[in-house]
Amino acid sequence: MRFSKRGAHVPHHKNTADMTPIRMDVPSQLLIPVSMHIGRPATPVVKPGDHVDVGTLICESSGPVSSPIYSAVSGTVKKLDNIRVSNGSFCQAVLIESDGQQTVDANIKPPVVTDYASFIEAVKNSGIVGLGGAGFPTAVKLDVKDTSRIQELVINAAECEPYITSDTRTMIDDAQDVVDAVKLFEQYLNVKKVLIGIEANKPEAIKKMQECFKDDSAVTVVTLPSVYPQGAEKVIIKNTTGKVVPAGKLPIDVGCVVCNVTTMASIARYIKTGMPLVEKYVTIDGSAIKKPGNYIIPVGMLISEIMERLEINPDEVGKVLYGGPMMGISVPELDSAPVLKNTNAITFMSEKDAVSPEATQCIHCGRCAENCPMHLTTFAIARAYAKNDAEELRRLRVDICCECGTCSFVCPANRPLVEVNKLSKGVVRDLIAKEKAKEAEKK
Amino acid sequence: MDKKLHISVSPHFHAKVTTQSIMLDVILALLPTTIAGVLIFGVRSLAVIAVSVGFSVLSEFVFNKLAKKPMTIQDLSAVVTGLLLALTLPVNIALWEVAIGAIFAIVVVKGFFGGIGQNFANPAITGRVFMLVAFGDVVSAKSFVGKGIVDTTASATPLANMATAPTSMIDLLLGTHAGAIGEVCTVALLLGFVYLLIKKVITFHTPVVFIAVVFLLTLLITKDVNTALAYSMSGGLFIGAIFMATDYATTPTRPWGKVIFAVGCAVITVLIRMYGNLPEGVSYAILLMNILTPYIDKWTEDKPFGGEA
Ligand code: SF4
Ligand code: SF4
Repeated sequence: MRFSKRGAHVPHHKNTADMTPIRMDVPSQLLIPVSMHIGRPATPVVKPGDHVDVGTLICESSGPVSSPIYSAVSGTVKKLDNIRVSNGSFCQAVLIESDGQQTVDANIKPPVVTDYASFIEAVKNSGIVGLGGAGFPTAVKLDVKDTSRIQELVINAAECEPYITSDTRTMIDDAQDVVDAVKLFEQYLNVKKVLIGIEANKPEAIKKMQECFKDDSAVTVVTLPSVYPQGAEKVIIKNTTGKVVPAGKLPIDVGCVVCNVTTMASIARYIKTGMPLVEKYVTIDGSAIKKPGNYIIPVGMLISEIMERLEINPDEVGKVLYGGPMMGISVPELDSAPVLKNTNAITFMSEKDAVSPEATQCIHCGRCAENCPMHLTTFAIARAYAKNDAEELRRLRVDICCECGTCSFVCPANRPLVEVNKLSKGVVRDLIAKEKAKEAEKK
Repeated sequence: MDKKLHISVSPHFHAKVTTQSIMLDVILALLPTTIAGVLIFGVRSLAVIAVSVGFSVLSEFVFNKLAKKPMTIQDLSAVVTGLLLALTLPVNIALWEVAIGAIFAIVVVKGFFGGIGQNFANPAITGRVFMLVAFGDVVSAKSFVGKGIVDTTASATPLANMATAPTSMIDLLLGTHAGAIGEVCTVALLLGFVYLLIKKVITFHTPVVFIAVVFLLTLLITKDVNTALAYSMSGGLFIGAIFMATDYATTPTRPWGKVIFAVGCAVITVLIRMYGNLPEGVSYAILLMNILTPYIDKWTEDKPFGGEA
């Protein structure tokens, strides 16, 4: 396989790679936003005063692209509130006070899965979304209708972000779940070929996966180069199967389904136990962290409470991220920022590292374009954006930018290229909407 | 928890390479050439360099202040421009002329077009060409004799006296012959090239193709290997190909763009040298190709991943 040479050599900082996740003590409360996934926000089905147990449904799925939410603690619903989330918008959230008992909901039992439809239904009910970071409801992604379209299942275990090792730990500590998940996919999605893509900097995980699947000829473990971003969907498809997903198309259009390794393991666990997704492996690391580690943290536990438990001094923290430093989202307020379904790490950056270096003028060095995994001419996109040239932005295909951050990372002028690309995508969307409106008028 | 957090759009990590570090690398890469120039042509070359660099930085400082722009002298690009300009001048040039050339390069060529990265023509080259036009022959170092520790008694640059007495290979490599301060010592320039390659400041494409095509075309036309070698190793080809034709702002970004650019430069250089009666076509060639850079960039733009051609 010829790997793409593009991307950046980012520092790995996999300090926690050999740390088995430790269960965090039961939090005093949970704050659960109704929107932790891509798609329609879930609808709360509890009201203040209601008692909930571990695994009790709190919010139900509100449409074809949505996902239910369950409680990670037993306790009492305190209130339904509006909180400001990391993208600046407001979102409804359920506040649950824990009683510390961790009583499990009496209705929890393994789902009955017998065929494709019941498998998809189970995934839907599990509350599982893309745990690699995307947060797209997994059932929607797997519901390809005709399973003969699937030629390859690509298991994304690249974990290319600095610091994060939660997928690594899933592969090592929950290898059986991964094995069971592959069996489920083989059985119900008719998957004939499985490729597990892991970056070379995780030798232990690679070894473990190779051992686990040595008798399954359908499964190949692919060692990917440690060049960021191996985990970008189109990059991992290219580097495991050799296939190129056409711009604007989905992986399934080339016969691929891509699934994050922790997402897979979670599906297997739900089908074995009936316990939906209520807790996560979360890597706690970053330049403000003295003792990095991996933890099992309930979905909804506030970052502020995590900091108290781990004795992280807020004065030494300058920036907090959901995820790692390349694609992580900056947390605005610690008191209203809970662990989300797709949180695989919280990165705490020191005050010194928190300030982004000042942007200077583009020197036309070409590094952004040279390293972009999507082969975009990023500096030209920035120029077109400055001129508000929507046509040019469309021609430059800013729409396929995966916002991996490679361009900004390598830019010697520290240009805010990812930010510009996000805005440029909006410009192109507006252009397309305008054109559609015009079309409609003509008719 | 009452904690004011920094908020920003990803990524939150940045590579260590900055505009300033790149410029510093270019300066370091020019160090062997600068030292060789001083050794060959004597201490007066230091004065030329000091004036050129000094006035470059000063004029950028004053321009930024007057134009109320953010201060940019700390990015060291003005130092690079000043150094490059000095290295393409002969040692006996009047210092006031050097100052004017430097001011022109920074203010007119760079500042008026929006500062670093925005200029379409290489400031150092344009500054030099401006001086050629404004002050005439004295700039072109045709008949200059060195006064450094090395005895450079040749009375003309290798390009000018090609017909009479070909310069020896050793002289061409070491630079012990007449010429501009920084264009003569091929070995020192190559050292700088290797450094820039190691530090990944530039790629090999432009210099290698530029020099190789000039050599081959000259060989084709003159049918003499020695002449072709002498032509390639003098007249500012190495400093132009390594340090000017690789300037980020004014040359293409993608590998094939660089190749096209370099071939264009080489062809124009040889045409000017052979048929234009001008000894050194390198400056003009690069300048002309600078103008084509935006178009070359567009032709050689990458195809988006999975996109139509
Ligand atoms: S343009 Fe988009 S895809 Fe390309 S490097 Fe930048 S963020 Fe990544
Ligand atoms: S990496 Fe930065 S400075 Fe270089 S071309 Fe891209 S935007 Fe410009």
